[in-house]
Amino acid sequence: MEKLSFRLIAPRSASGTRTQAIVGVVASGNLEVLLERNLPTDICTIDIATAAHGFGMVWDAVVRDFVARRSAGGLHISVNDGGARPDTVALRLAQGIRKIEEPER
Amino acid sequence: MSDWGMQKAALGERLAAGRQHARGKVVPIPSLPAFLKAVIRSGDRVCLEGDNQKQADILASALANLDPRDVHDLHMVQSGVVLPAHLDIFEKGIARRLDFSYSGPQAARIARMLFGGKIELGAVHTYLELFARYFIDLTPNVALIAAVSADKDGNLYTGPNTEDTPTVVEATSYKNGLVVAQVTEVVDKVPRVDIPGDLVHFVVEANRPFYVEPLFTRDPAAITETQILTAMLAIKGIYAPYGVRRLNHGIGFNTAAIELLLPTYGEKLGLKGKVCTHFALNPHPTMIPAIEAGWVEQIHCFGSEVGMEDYVAARSDVFFTGPDGSLRSNRAFCQTAGLYACDMFIGSTLQIDLEGHSSTVTTSRIAGFGGAPNMGSDPRGRRHPSEPWLKAGAEADPDANAALRRGRKLVVQIGETFGDRNAPLFVERLDALDLAQALKLDLAPVMVYSDDVTHIVTEEGIANLLMCRSKDEREQAIRGVAGYTEIGRARDAKLVEQLRQRGVIQRPEDLGIDPLDADRNLLAARSIKDLMLASGGLYRPPSRFRNW
Repeated sequence: MEKLSFRLIAPRSASGTRTQAIVGVVASGNLEVLLERNLPTDICTIDIATAAHGFGMVWDAVVRDFVARRSAGGLHISVNDGGARPDTVALRLAQGIRKIEEPER
Repeated sequence: MSDWGMQKAALGERLAAGRQHARGKVVPIPSLPAFLKAVIRSGDRVCLEGDNQKQADILASALANLDPRDVHDLHMVQSGVVLPAHLDIFEKGIARRLDFSYSGPQAARIARMLFGGKIELGAVHTYLELFARYFIDLTPNVALIAAVSADKDGNLYTGPNTEDTPTVVEATSYKNGLVVAQVTEVVDKVPRVDIPGDLVHFVVEANRPFYVEPLFTRDPAAITETQILTAMLAIKGIYAPYGVRRLNHGIGFNTAAIELLLPTYGEKLGLKGKVCTHFALNPHPTMIPAIEAGWVEQIHCFGSEVGMEDYVAARSDVFFTGPDGSLRSNRAFCQTAGLYACDMFIGSTLQIDLEGHSSTVTTSRIAGFGGAPNMGSDPRGRRHPSEPWLKAGAEADPDANAALRRGRKLVVQIGETFGDRNAPLFVERLDALDLAQALKLDLAPVMVYSDDVTHIVTEEGIANLLMCRSKDEREQAIRGVAGYTEIGRARDAKLVEQLRQRGVIQRPEDLGIDPLDADRNLLAARSIKDLMLASGGLYRPPSRFRNW
């Protein structure tokens, strides 16, 4: 298991009021993403535990694009990865934002 | 004394030798080994019928069981090297030279045998190209073919899987070659005559059907969200603006996703009747929902597909069927249709380089070409206009005199930036080059050449290579859709952004597509069972695809 951590300045913060959200599953080629709203609104931190070693450069590119493009400010994100491809990672992260921004009922 | 008529005389000798082991035209199974030994001569050019679908499997095994002291140095000319027996023939020294087209499941073993010098390789062809050579310089002395049934005169019924048979028989029988057919059974009257009996010299009653691989069945359950996204991009970014009505789809999950999105996403975009009305295509089970929803006017098929027989027979308004009701397929005609009468080919591949060459060869596997390079190429002999063809031609050369400007076929490569086991789709150098070097081949096995490919679709977007004006632009357009691969990360971000401003690269957001909408609920069928239900129970999936 390889562990990676990122702390990034986020240009946009997550809207809504939900305090946490979870998407995806830990399975081969898939990943689970837990988002928690507990940081200053211009900060996003991402902790990754991945079964695939040696993809640090790819993760770096994926999470930087994610924070630049999506409203990730204020979120602490934990990723439990089962060797997902980068496109799946990007999709799950975006789905996580959509879920935590959903209005509460 | 004249020397003319030697081929006829040689055929006469083979026929006489064969008759020793036959009753009329019918060879009983126990006599098959002695029969083959009697009619095949060392050094013969032999066409063993078999492609990516049907196989003359009984005849293949019998050929592989010959004694190489009796028969050796055969030159095999055949569409597919697919069964283990196809390579046993070389392993045992019965055959020496090989010209072929496709080798899917034997890709690894054929590579080992080429490296080991067990096979002397002529060339790897596309189907149509190999068929063409059957009539010029690779005409078979003996053809071993497969059919469903025969009558005692040798009239053959091939059923829905006619495929290569008429082509092989035409080239062999009319050039004094010997034609031997394996059939499931000998009957009084065949349901329809696919091959006239006077072209068929012997019939082997096998008592079981020839093998057919369900190669074109894609389980919707395995389609990923990323594949759905690529399918949405292709439909909205290519099918719609070009108005692609006549096309061919490759095998793969991306094109299966497109087929399953037509009645849902395509319908929402108002594209019914405007795209995907005519196909050169096998009866893909994933086409059922689109056909049922009335999208498709006509489909001509290379072969059939296991389990689709009853469905096809019940949809003769769409498919080509015979007086017996079942599908008539024909690989040579369908390949020709795919080349000349289709405006688009779209398919997946394993590797794309920075110029846009693509290949399915990896260093340890030679899968061959099949038909993809034929469909995936711009036919220089085409002369009839159509909207997509003219539009693509104009994009490639906007300043030319329109009346003298060739159109362009749309040749689209579609895939995810990372494939199986995280292997990148985009590479600096194709593995095919290393393979060509190691085997001292004159040509690297390239599936689609750079100058034929017009668009590349990945989850990151669409690159329109027709609109690139320099080698550098082309490279950056490819890097610009290469995602997080090394090739993608090494892009010139500024140039890629300029290409995007010009519409050379289109992102999902440029097309009004939210990647979060790429949901499996968009698929018109999400399982094999859904497909069966959509067909009203007419589609009978092979057991390996059933989980109920």
